[in-house]
Amino acid sequence: MMTRTHLDRLENQSVFIFREAYHAFKNIAMPWSMGKDSNVLIWLASKAFFGRVPFPVLHIDTTYEFPEMLEFREWATAHYKLNLIVKINEEARARGVGYETHDPVTVTHELKTVALQQAMAQYKWDALITGIRRDEDPTRAKERYFSKRNAQFEWDYKDQPPEFWGQFATTAADGEHVRVQLLLDWTEVDIWRYIQRENIPIPKMYFAKNGQRYRSLGCSPITKPIASNADTIDAIIAELETTRTSERAGRAQDHHERNAMQKLRAKGFL
Amino acid sequence: MSKRQSSTKDRTSAIQHPASSGEATLRVVFVGHVDHGKSTLIGRILSDTNSLPEGKLEQVQRACAAENMEFEFAFLLDALLEEQEQNITIDTTQIPFKTAKRNYMIIDAPGHKEFLKNMITGASNADAAVLVIAANEGVQEQSKRHAYLLSLLGVRQFCVVVNKMDLADYSEARFLEIEKKYREFLKTLNLETNVFIPASARFGENITVRSTKMQWHRGPTLAEALDAMTPLAPPIDLPLRLCVQDVYKFDDRRIIAGRIETGTLQVGDELVFSPANKTSIVQSIEHWQPASTAATSPRGNGGMAIAGDSIGITLQEQIFVERGYVASHSKDTPIETNRFHADLFWIARQPARLSHLYTARLATQEVKCQIVSLDEVMDSSSLERNPTKADQLARNEVGRLTIQTRAPIVLDNHDRLPPLGRFVLVDDGMICGGGIIHGGVYTDRSAIKSKNIFWSEGKITAQARATQHGHRGAVVWLTGLSGSGKSTIAQALERELFIRAMHPYVLDGDNVRHGLNSNLGFAPEDRVENIRRVSEVAKLMADAGNVVITAFISPYRADRQRARAIAMEGNAEFIEVFVDAPLEVCEERDPKNLYKKARAGQIREFTGIDAPYESPVDPEIVVQTNQQSVEESVASILERLLPRLK
Repeated sequence: MMTRTHLDRLENQSVFIFREAYHAFKNIAMPWSMGKDSNVLIWLASKAFFGRVPFPVLHIDTTYEFPEMLEFREWATAHYKLNLIVKINEEARARGVGYETHDPVTVTHELKTVALQQAMAQYKWDALITGIRRDEDPTRAKERYFSKRNAQFEWDYKDQPPEFWGQFATTAADGEHVRVQLLLDWTEVDIWRYIQRENIPIPKMYFAKNGQRYRSLGCSPITKPIASNADTIDAIIAELETTRTSERAGRAQDHHERNAMQKLRAKGFL
Repeated sequence: MSKRQSSTKDRTSAIQHPASSGEATLRVVFVGHVDHGKSTLIGRILSDTNSLPEGKLEQVQRACAAENMEFEFAFLLDALLEEQEQNITIDTTQIPFKTAKRNYMIIDAPGHKEFLKNMITGASNADAAVLVIAANEGVQEQSKRHAYLLSLLGVRQFCVVVNKMDLADYSEARFLEIEKKYREFLKTLNLETNVFIPASARFGENITVRSTKMQWHRGPTLAEALDAMTPLAPPIDLPLRLCVQDVYKFDDRRIIAGRIETGTLQVGDELVFSPANKTSIVQSIEHWQPASTAATSPRGNGGMAIAGDSIGITLQEQIFVERGYVASHSKDTPIETNRFHADLFWIARQPARLSHLYTARLATQEVKCQIVSLDEVMDSSSLERNPTKADQLARNEVGRLTIQTRAPIVLDNHDRLPPLGRFVLVDDGMICGGGIIHGGVYTDRSAIKSKNIFWSEGKITAQARATQHGHRGAVVWLTGLSGSGKSTIAQALERELFIRAMHPYVLDGDNVRHGLNSNLGFAPEDRVENIRRVSEVAKLMADAGNVVITAFISPYRADRQRARAIAMEGNAEFIEVFVDAPLEVCEERDPKNLYKKARAGQIREFTGIDAPYESPVDPEIVVQTNQQSVEESVASILERLLPRLK
């Protein structure tokens, strides 16, 4: 078989970057939300490292997780033999930070970004594997595969290092870390086609039930399902190819105020 | 597996969209001089192909109306606030769109000179390019520069959009004039395209819809031209290069992981690993493929892998392999060297400097290196190559130069095998520039092996050291009167060799008399012993691969003759340099006040005063320091010395 499909190319590129990152950084971790992209990452890691995920997988638990997601977490951890680390910003929860009393941008910042900062301080990772894609949001269109964050988790998108010929900026000073974003070139439809081709396990909330499904999964109070009858991957792909609504439309923190996503990302949100 | 919900049934119900066939996305970089309408063109394509998010067009139009501004398609691209404020495109952006034929990814590269690195980032993995030239302004500096960079980056498939035809009265004559001029320029870069499109992005002429105002144009619209292009095919017809990323031992398998850059590989193939030059046979191609997925995934039929595949292999014989090694077939091996020629483009603020230590990265190899000569610099506006005497290459310049590495590097010429013919230079962790290798000489690997080059086993030979150092060891013996300028020339010569990444070392009275020869005085027998010891040390250092520069009066022919004989015993090149200056000149210089002391009788047996100096009869080199400056003297030594060190 001398030809390769679009998905083969994407897979090859992601596996290549996985291995480059694993070689370049001593202390690496992979945030895992149990969402579809996250599970594709686990799958690609297993391909890159021949059936192993040779670094810890981090779940930032906001304590507002859907029960189905936690169930999936338990199953997948055993299935892939993951080294799972669960991180909760206990301090913020103790202060009463929550969707019941605070706005979504604040809560997301405290329970996700600050929780991640706490985990970084604790484990001193020099690189994080992330599953962000260029097509998710305009601010992500400018990302690099290897993207440095300073000690405050800030992203200097105006002065990014060049990246070409498979050569990446792989150095991080003390307190800095590098985000390795190996799904950048994938689109939402690519992800679904790959899940279908490889038969990758994903949470069942993505599939329509009673005329509704989740297109993107976040915290339960601020994640809204879309109207859909797509109960198979084929139907989801067909739906995506006709829609022109953005993927994260159901995620309230992105829309709370103007440019919310940009603000979240500049502050270190994944 | 109760959680798995992915179902492959119901396939027939899927709506077959034209672009959903899985055909590869075509990555197209858009470049153009500032204000030639590139952003407008992209906005127009997105709009006319219905590729914008729902409501985006209306939203921007409303915003313009509210601000009392005329709507422009370029506004559609302004994804970040900063861009709107500065009104420039700040970085490479990737934007998807689709036609009836396939999916596209637009790589928007800025027209601003200072953002070269972003353009390179975007363009380096593009399948094709669209060059935008405004009809009213015609071919500008950036129009040329971008085409040159695209050719350097290896983008070969492109079309030229002559935009803003509305500002040129849709004139065919104006279009043909620009086409002719640009075509001539492209020819100088060995680039060729037949696709020139007269267009107006603002009014949508010849973008997706055929223009009625320019019926004289018989070629395609932009959309048609793009649809006629093809994604880059994997280079399977080139010789095999598998670049090793890592060796994994997660279980009892020892898996060599890497990407096939070119060619194909099969189980049973004999591979040569460079630079170790060891061979072994491919035992297996390893895949992780759970049984549940074998039916749907195309992999797992694994006896063969091709260019572009990220693979893992096991070998029959467990030879030592590590990251950076390059596997090939024995009939078509890459070049292995420590010195190569390249065209380098520089993107760091700090200029590229001769003799500064950089790290070269080529595929998965990483070696320390220096730029040892800079021969030509490309003029940024005329794109002419000019010989240069400069010792640095500024940001945004392209230079033709020679690089020497501290360890062997495995490479190919770029025109033969691009992935192994390009490299980046890294300084302090930052990628500072990229280069294209040319002029490398392929050698028969089996012949090299028999010549006992240093990577083979056994004693390390002088030849092996010379290969690693990039030059042979030698003794440069300076002789002349006190005050003739030996030490000054020795130090200047040492510096010149050093910045060429060579390994020089000066032996002179100061560092020898105080240690090694501290028990010797100036009596004739002590002088003889002094020179004998210096000769022996010089021989050893030359044997170790250094260029030893000695700076001693060494007045007696017999002593110098013996120094030569000792050096020859060690197979080191011996170069006698007569540093000639008349006694009266030396006495007048008298840098250490020794002549005065000798005249005053405070020093006895001082050469030239009360002891003889026997001038060399047939020295390799003579410099006359009363007629030549230090620089001239050093230059004349270098001219004759360097060829002898190769």
